[in-house]
Amino acid sequence: MVSPTPAAVHVGEGARRRGPARVRRCGTVGRVRPGRTSLAATPKQTESVGLATADETKTQPCLFVSAFCEGRGRKPRATLRKMALSAPQIPRWFNSVKLSSFIIATQLRKHFPRPGKTLLHGFSAQPQMSSDNYFLQWGFKTYRTSSLWNSSQSTNSSRQEIGSAQGTLLPSMNEQTQKTENIPSFDSELSLEALDDLPPVSPLQLVSEEEAIQIIADPPLPPDTYTLRDYVDHSETLQKLVLLGVDLSKIEKHPDAANLLLRLDFEKDIKQILMFLKDLGIEDNQLGTYLTKNYAIFSEDLENLKTRVAYLQSKNFSKAHIAQMVRNAPFLLSFSVERLDNRLGFFQKELELSVKKTRDLVVRLPRLLTGSLEPVKENMKVYRLELGFKRNEIQHMITKVPKMLTANKRKLTETFDYVHNVMSIPHHLIVRFPQVFNTRLFKVKERHLFLTYLGRAQYDPVKPNYISLDKLVSVPDEIFCEEIAKASVQDFEKFLKTL
Amino acid sequence: MGSRGLARLHGLFAVYKPPGLKWKHVRDTVELQLLKGVNAGKAPAPEQRVRFLLGPVGDGEEKALTLTATSVPTLTNHPLVCGPACTSLKIGVGHRLDAQASGVLVLGVGHGRRLLTSMYNAHLTKDYTVRGLLGKATDDFCDEGRLVEKSTYDHVTREKLDRILALIQGSHQKALVMYSSLDLQTQEAYEMAVRGLIRPMNKSPMLVTAIQCIHFAPPEFLIQVQCMHETQKQLRRLVHEIGLELKTTAVCSQVRRTRDGFFTLDDALLRTHWDLHSIEDAIQAAAPRVAAELERSLGPGLGTQQLQDPGRPWDSRGPSSALGLESCAG
Repeated sequence: MVSPTPAAVHVGEGARRRGPARVRRCGTVGRVRPGRTSLAATPKQTESVGLATADETKTQPCLFVSAFCEGRGRKPRATLRKMALSAPQIPRWFNSVKLSSFIIATQLRKHFPRPGKTLLHGFSAQPQMSSDNYFLQWGFKTYRTSSLWNSSQSTNSSRQEIGSAQGTLLPSMNEQTQKTENIPSFDSELSLEALDDLPPVSPLQLVSEEEAIQIIADPPLPPDTYTLRDYVDHSETLQKLVLLGVDLSKIEKHPDAANLLLRLDFEKDIKQILMFLKDLGIEDNQLGTYLTKNYAIFSEDLENLKTRVAYLQSKNFSKAHIAQMVRNAPFLLSFSVERLDNRLGFFQKELELSVKKTRDLVVRLPRLLTGSLEPVKENMKVYRLELGFKRNEIQHMITKVPKMLTANKRKLTETFDYVHNVMSIPHHLIVRFPQVFNTRLFKVKERHLFLTYLGRAQYDPVKPNYISLDKLVSVPDEIFCEEIAKASVQDFEKFLKTL
Repeated sequence: MGSRGLARLHGLFAVYKPPGLKWKHVRDTVELQLLKGVNAGKAPAPEQRVRFLLGPVGDGEEKALTLTATSVPTLTNHPLVCGPACTSLKIGVGHRLDAQASGVLVLGVGHGRRLLTSMYNAHLTKDYTVRGLLGKATDDFCDEGRLVEKSTYDHVTREKLDRILALIQGSHQKALVMYSSLDLQTQEAYEMAVRGLIRPMNKSPMLVTAIQCIHFAPPEFLIQVQCMHETQKQLRRLVHEIGLELKTTAVCSQVRRTRDGFFTLDDALLRTHWDLHSIEDAIQAAAPRVAAELERSLGPGLGTQQLQDPGRPWDSRGPSSALGLESCAG
């Protein structure tokens, strides 16, 4: 029995084995080719099933029809049904191709539209092409149903879905043709039974000038690739996203993200979410960075997003504050209301601050709500037990420098050790200037050693020539050298080279 | 912008490695800063590509379909689609410094990395200032290690220290001649030995060509060492052995490289200057000197590589004069 399965299996498996970060697409399905090689395609041609050259793709769509026709000598309709029923026989080539192909193919057509008349003309002149097209539509239908049933791709599950979708295939073909508006419905012109009566097309057959012009000779799109570069010129969605400022090179590092973006339609899905974000207060030039971080917002339900914003408003966050929070913590809106509620409650209980202060804290550092809570708990323990600060001191420090809650424990202890033991600064002074925990330790060390060398390391507010900690750490180098150390920057650099 | 920025980024330069940082961390930080500078050029102009589009041409009833070549904009090479132009730079490290040591660290970028090999093969000496502390002995010869022994050091004087250092220099001088595998019976070799230009041009254990005490204020002392084929740990061990020779104990509190071959402290870039422009300027400034010195050391042939001018400070003279800030009381 002539079966395309072995090669196709090989292709499917090969495609699967090649790597995770792949954007899948079937490039072959989008091609319409009049005047190609004979339908009496030999089984050996099945080996070239694939992904590379235009020649191969020419033979491919008609392969299965032809193979079965030749092999069985029966009517294609029955053959196709039989093929439909034997799901494992359906080459895994199909299974490995995701719905993205369908969307891209239609977008392709939309982007570079050919006059419908041309197409029709082409079809009527070459009736056997319709077999190919019918086949393409069958392919489309397959993918569309499979996508409806599982949005996340798994080749095994889609196989069964394809199998069961076949029952609904033929009657629903009419709806299918309405959806792919650029491919005209020619069922009236041609029926499946006529496929058997079509003479084979030979490559030496003369083709009229007009038909020759309509041969698409572009290189086919790769069915799967590691980058979105290959698809960006053929997908309106991707182009509009790039013009918005979304960094596709970062998104394509997550394979699911890339597949999601390819599958989306700008008008239907993306536009609503963009309008929603704009209403929220995110500016046009900030949309790009936002979407680069949180591309998953496109898969969120608009109603859910509105509920979450309403919840935040009910907690007395002003509109501007909510916009600021969403901008600084892009994943905020992807958290459900219960989760947000839990986190706000946690911070209120843990920090024992008033409601207003907790709100201000969260507005200043919204990533507290989206990040993990374990480091915060650890840091609170470190401040209390290891570093020896009292509860009100910790509260004061946190309201001044919220970043302390998520700081690295090791760096905290090293900084505190140096400031308290080497620089001999007592707790109450550190509490007044918590910014020292937010600076790099080497900066503190270098400046302290320079001041010691100059004899100006005086950190006691009672005595004269007192240097406060925030002046030590927060000012840039030039101001530090001139005003505090009363030396030149060159002296400071010379000193640094002696350390 | 990317390719223009990279064109000048080939050669050797020196950075000042601060204490407490691993050399690999320094190399990675420098690479990140250079990448930031290289990728920071302005965005390129939008590109276009030629496509042959089918369309009706001609007016009136006759509408013939023809292919017309049109230039359509393409986003394939847009930086938001491809990512930054440059994602990694090839930076090599010359003679390494361990985490507690500081000082001049020579890095090579791009084609300059093969000059690093040439520098290694030139077997030039390096200058260190080593600060020692009398009265303690630790397991790793460092003042932050586990304490092993404590001793008194009142009997130690400057003269005793100088005598010990002279002994060390003398013994290493013999080793220098031995490892350089020169036949001292020849007149040429004798003259070079007189001028002090002999040094081994292949692998050898640590050899000290010159050692001198700059500052002595017990328990602290500061010595300047000119050596080759060393590691910083061996220098700390040297301090420990000096302490033992002085019939007391000593640990090393600071090892700082002031010169590596022909790169001195003045050429070394501080952390604030680890960016594209400063490094490019440093490479350009050092390039002629590097070429001249390497040619003198390695070419035109192996036989003549010992013949050098006595005027060069790093092979013939002893330790260079101390900088003013060396004797800080700490």
